[in-house]
Amino acid sequence: MSIIDPKDIDPVTLAVIQNGLQQVCAEMDLAFVRAAFSPVISEALDRSDGIYHRETGELIAQGELGLPVFVGTMQFGTQEVIKRAGEVRPGDMFIVNDPYLGGTHLMDVRFVKPYFYKGALFAWLANTGHWPDTGGAVPGGFSANATEVEQEGLRLPPVKLFKEGVMDDEILSIILSNIRIADQRIGDIKAQAAALTIGEKRLTALLDRYGAGMVDACIGELKDRAAQQMRARIATMPDGLYEGEAFVDSDGVVDEPLRIDMKIRKEGSELYFDMSGSSPPCLGPMNSVIATTRSSIYLAMKHIFPEVPINAGTFEPLHIEDPEGTFLYAKYPRPVSGCAAEVSQRIAEAVFSALVKAMPDRMFAAPAGTSGNFALGGFDPERGRPYVMYLISGGGYGGFRGGDGISNGCSTIGISKTTPLEVIEQYYPVLFEEYALHVGSGGAGRQRGGFGVTYDVRLRRGEAKASFVMDHGRTGPQGVLGGADGGVNKVRVYRGDQEYIPPHLSKDQGIRITAGDRVRVSTPGGGGYGAPSERDPAAIAVDVGRGYYTAAEAAELFGVVVLEDFSVDEAATAKLRQDRKGLAAAGE
Amino acid sequence: MTGRIIGVDVGGTFTDLILAGADGEVPRIAKVPTTVDNQSFGVIAAIGETGVALEDVETVVHGTTATTNAILERKVARCGLITTRGFRDVLELGRRTRPQPYGLTGRFDPLVPRELRMEVDERMDAAGEVVRPLDEDGVRAAVQALLDQGVESLIIHFLHAYINPAHERRAAEIARAFWPNGYITMGHAILSEYREYERGVTAAVNASIQPVLHRYISRLSEELKERGYGHDLLVMQGNGGTVSSRIVSEAAVNTVMSGPASGVMAAAYTASRAGFDSVITYDMGGTSCDVGLIRGGIPQVSSELELEYAMPVHVPMVDLHTIGAGGGSIAHINDAGMLQIGPESAGAVPGPICYARGGTRPTITDANLVLGRLNPEALLSVDTPVSLADIEAVIAQQIGNPLGLDAKGAAAAIVHVANDRMAGALRMVSLARGHDPRDFALFAFGGAGPLHAVALARELGIPKVLIPARPGITNAFGCIVADVRHDYVNTVNRLVADLDMDRVRAILESQIADGTDTIAREGVAIEGLTVIHSADMQFQGQSHILSVPIAGTGVSREALQQGFEEAYWNRFEVELPEIRAVLVNLHTAVIGRRPGVPLEALVNRQDLAADLAGACTGVRDVGFPDGWRETPVYRRSRIPLGASFEGPAIIEQLDTTIVVEPASRVDADELGNLIVSVAAEGTAA
Repeated sequence: MSIIDPKDIDPVTLAVIQNGLQQVCAEMDLAFVRAAFSPVISEALDRSDGIYHRETGELIAQGELGLPVFVGTMQFGTQEVIKRAGEVRPGDMFIVNDPYLGGTHLMDVRFVKPYFYKGALFAWLANTGHWPDTGGAVPGGFSANATEVEQEGLRLPPVKLFKEGVMDDEILSIILSNIRIADQRIGDIKAQAAALTIGEKRLTALLDRYGAGMVDACIGELKDRAAQQMRARIATMPDGLYEGEAFVDSDGVVDEPLRIDMKIRKEGSELYFDMSGSSPPCLGPMNSVIATTRSSIYLAMKHIFPEVPINAGTFEPLHIEDPEGTFLYAKYPRPVSGCAAEVSQRIAEAVFSALVKAMPDRMFAAPAGTSGNFALGGFDPERGRPYVMYLISGGGYGGFRGGDGISNGCSTIGISKTTPLEVIEQYYPVLFEEYALHVGSGGAGRQRGGFGVTYDVRLRRGEAKASFVMDHGRTGPQGVLGGADGGVNKVRVYRGDQEYIPPHLSKDQGIRITAGDRVRVSTPGGGGYGAPSERDPAAIAVDVGRGYYTAAEAAELFGVVVLEDFSVDEAATAKLRQDRKGLAAAGE
Repeated sequence: MTGRIIGVDVGGTFTDLILAGADGEVPRIAKVPTTVDNQSFGVIAAIGETGVALEDVETVVHGTTATTNAILERKVARCGLITTRGFRDVLELGRRTRPQPYGLTGRFDPLVPRELRMEVDERMDAAGEVVRPLDEDGVRAAVQALLDQGVESLIIHFLHAYINPAHERRAAEIARAFWPNGYITMGHAILSEYREYERGVTAAVNASIQPVLHRYISRLSEELKERGYGHDLLVMQGNGGTVSSRIVSEAAVNTVMSGPASGVMAAAYTASRAGFDSVITYDMGGTSCDVGLIRGGIPQVSSELELEYAMPVHVPMVDLHTIGAGGGSIAHINDAGMLQIGPESAGAVPGPICYARGGTRPTITDANLVLGRLNPEALLSVDTPVSLADIEAVIAQQIGNPLGLDAKGAAAAIVHVANDRMAGALRMVSLARGHDPRDFALFAFGGAGPLHAVALARELGIPKVLIPARPGITNAFGCIVADVRHDYVNTVNRLVADLDMDRVRAILESQIADGTDTIAREGVAIEGLTVIHSADMQFQGQSHILSVPIAGTGVSREALQQGFEEAYWNRFEVELPEIRAVLVNLHTAVIGRRPGVPLEALVNRQDLAADLAGACTGVRDVGFPDGWRETPVYRRSRIPLGASFEGPAIIEQLDTTIVVEPASRVDADELGNLIVSVAAEGTAA
């Protein structure tokens, strides 16, 4: 491969190769999602495909519609495979899901493939797909109270599932013997492998056309340009130390909050992240592996600057100190099933809460930030078969300078859609009694938070066990610049006429219910942005007219008096807001 | 022998008309500015331009953007919703999404605000069994409450009504007794498919535009009648078929996206007569491109359209994908120093710099002009305050300097990168539908499509490009060749192994009966009926569906299974004998075939030159990927039928310009189409 000086790359070729690499990833994403079986992949898009550097394993390009939390983890995973790979040949393909080796939780299974061009290793292709089950104590893998990784499922070190293009049936049979609903997994495995094969074909076409030397030079140049773009944005913040924090309700085993301590130092065009003041490792599954911790910071920065393309250069100005000795740097055998879905979102929230001080106009208040996992496993006597129903919920987003937060948005780490209620009721013996806005949950603010969702679901037949891995039950998503926190997550189980509230509020496992019993969940609202007293009274009147808040809440939270015909009592509002101001001044 | 037929299509900027006459009569074409506030003024003006009296016209077919625009601009009727207790927020909660994968801000306004969404006691389960009976007094109270709030159009949307519509029907009956107009939409009647959000939004879209469309079409019909038109006005639908103006507003939602759909119908009609059954349609205008797929001469139909963020409109429509690149897309250098085209567009106002309407940022159109691909003399008139030198200066300053290129080099870079992006998007559109673009011909139309088509085809490995005789009025032509068409979808959602085949037959038969009745009710003259059945199928546990053709109502279980396995293999090259197949939906299209229009009629033979030289109007320097060439320029209307010549060439006609790259070959067929055999990558140099 001839070496090409970056100065000799013409701007058109650079733009075309950037698009070409992106197109390879998009086609892998598409192939994976269209052929996959698990709704988690095909509907919830819980997967990602990318191209990685042959020596460093650094990210070259990644599909735009990959699951956001995989933004950073896949390059760490690929790096771990490279370290252990030994000799590789065309057609080899590794499978790995070890969380401690650049992963997330066990359910995220990575395929990693060396890509050869004209006989030489040119790059690595990799993808991640969330498998619906990898064995372990509970179906689906989200145990709320595991204390060792072995309880969470089958852990695979990097092994060659394909050797020179041929699937190793012995490895396959070990895997299939250790997971639930194994018969459908073969469809997913074929889809996941086929996606990388498509990537191989498309990358070859690109290299044939422009030459390996030119593509290689462009990859280097694109990395530099992305770094330059990220640095240009960081440079707009004032230098200084910005502190933020976030709390995980509990680890599911010990009923105590876990704190993320986020100190971000901005110097020139670099950011330094220090989380060393965070809580120590926990007993339950709310530990985060280092790859996920780093990736959560990348993800947060991408949410703040969505227009910057993703490659290794994007992350170059982000310097993350390993938070040794905290629950954000879990080591074997700490349980980690909550890291990708919950802890990652708290880490992002801590980044948001720190950087809002640096860029108040650009930022937003905290989003609901929980995946809201609810699993119901039982036996349907009418159809004579066992089932596991998963429900993943959205919540309110935070207010921002340009408007109120969105209601029922997807988790910050995901991009999936909900399963329609009419589909759920066809598959499982349940009936929804309600599916509504979690009114009142939007944090008060000049721009209020969006609302969470409230659902109420009744078991129609047989018996079942309910499990919850959620968060923000203790404190709501943070409001900023004087805005109030969003409403908290609430879980209620109604057995006969008895109400059960999980002791850890948002996490619990194996709650037995029988036909007629109900589960009622309200998800968090987003945080408010700016002082509620600055919200336009007319906007509050509309909110009350729509039932988003009661008139009493309008007065209490926003200092606005709304009359029965949903008009504003201007005089009473002025007086109320004036009195509050006086009270606040007196208090100081 | 059929009488005169008029197709009139209202686009964003122009209202186009084509009048096809009796044998031997030269077709007439009119182009007038679209009258935005009331499209009927433009329509009447266009008819006036033809000079033909409406008494002498047998059929008028109208394509309108009135409903699409009304929705996108939210100039819609005040709607109220009555729904199952506990579920009024379904329309506001959506499917738990955000507008972009990255970035946590945005805005979403449901079509019906919360205060106009009422709940009543009633509930069906997934099997269609009544869990809670309908509270009829509750319905009356809700209807009254909505009337008191000034609601004009009513939506009744209950859970699981797709499987048992009894409660929706009864509630509508109660409402009709005192609703002051006919604007009542039942969710299941518009779309009998599961998924409560999509069905509800589709119903809400219908209700929002029903009064708008009804008023518009009534007024237009009245005006046509006053001017002597004695027949029924036909209106284009998004499924590519027409419907009588008398019933069009019952399912007003079916007219959404009808303009682009009619372009695809014209493409299918034209391409199959020119010998091309598999075609990708590429319609590039000022702000975007619409891309569609035709296989076996039939446009692909889908019911998965998302009109804008969180606004699914799930009635069967011609499957079109919109790419955000048009002549007005703005080129700029981003803060990484990379050349980027769009997503910002100069639109019609201020438009490209060369329009001299105040545009100051370079667009794809400006770059085409600098490269000589567009004729500067035709675009820039003497009284324009913008000169070619001015445009070159802007391109040099904004694009050239940062990249180290001169104006012409920068213009070439803009066109190259734009083509690269469009080709990538086109490829994804066909791959997402399971097709390799190389198996298709590219049918280019719209003002800017033929400018870029040959380059895109080369990029994609597409061997042939077809440019119809009148690319600028393709949508209007689609109006006069479209058939009457009605589509029906019912959800079944059962394992193929457990299917009640009698029920399958009954559903298909009732879909045919509904379609036949509707066509009879319309009273449009047709030559015969065609019925097309298909099944939406998937493997158990999957969420994507594949459309599988069904031969007839008597389809067997085995044929369903086999058809699905074949379709799956064709798409994914995977066999999964261990997993069971599910029949999700049954779909029937009932088509009333209308008399065709001869394509030859589109060519004015008197204009044709005796030989190719007679069609040549001169030469100019044109920039191609491999450099500048002295290029002959032809006038399209003069190119003799049967002519054949090699690129480079520029072919100009009133409504578009065709760029033929060096080494590609042009053949003018006997129907007036130009067929470009695209030189493979690398041979153009």
